[in-house]
Amino acid sequence: MSASQIIFYLISALILSSGLLAVTARKIFRSAIWLLFSLLGIAALYFWMEVEFVAAVQIIVYVGGIVVLIIFSIFLTQQSGSELPKAIRSRALFSGLAAAFGFAWTFMLIDQHPFNNPAGTAFSPGVAAIGNQMLSISDHGYVLPFEVISVLLLAAMIGCIVIAMKVKPQEA
Amino acid sequence: MTGIPLSHILFVSTALFFIGVYGFFTRRNMITMLMSVELILNSVNINFVAFNKYLYPEKLDGVFFTLFVITIAAAEAAVAIAIIINLYRSHQSIDVEDANEMKF
Repeated sequence: MSASQIIFYLISALILSSGLLAVTARKIFRSAIWLLFSLLGIAALYFWMEVEFVAAVQIIVYVGGIVVLIIFSIFLTQQSGSELPKAIRSRALFSGLAAAFGFAWTFMLIDQHPFNNPAGTAFSPGVAAIGNQMLSISDHGYVLPFEVISVLLLAAMIGCIVIAMKVKPQEA
Repeated sequence: MTGIPLSHILFVSTALFFIGVYGFFTRRNMITMLMSVELILNSVNINFVAFNKYLYPEKLDGVFFTLFVITIAAAEAAVAIAIIINLYRSHQSIDVEDANEMKF
């Protein structure tokens, strides 16, 4: 077993164990920290798959942005030291069964499907290639989704401001 | 690619997806439910990159889909947290069982 394989299995164990702890931890702040480790593990997996740009975006947006936002909102809305109520036993049992059966069934389908890997061409997503294709207006360019998503971000930003805006008492 | 078959990466992403599903079913706190949704979206991103790398190494479409999914997930998290904080202001709680005015 080569070093690369060992690293892959270590990263996978980190992702899955911290993901499992993130959904089962009883203290909400610890849950957020486990989520942080899981997202960092996914960034490490992207580095392992040699897509450095996606890994960097993952760290900047998820670890630097979304988890910090989640932690802020935990501090705004919870007593972070108190424990969450335990899940109802029957609900935990049935959702565990549903997840386990779903996993088994999906993985059985994946395992039976023959993936034919094309040999020869190497996968080399340089930042220059990504940037060129992202803003290209040719047939395989992604400039239209790029523009649409910028409008979506603007709409989300305005929506957040409108939702979070305080209504003045004389207007209410 | 380096001795790891594609199905092992798919095993990780499938397991992460169903961990997120389990969390979404069992948690009743809106912030923890949002965290489960983030795990689900991330497992989908792993799939996109892995398929791109293993099956279509000459193209870049999986990478673009991953980038767009990350952008939309960020926008979704921001809007969801704005809604959650607004709900906390009016209900003093972010438990989904307490927000039942529009249930029926």
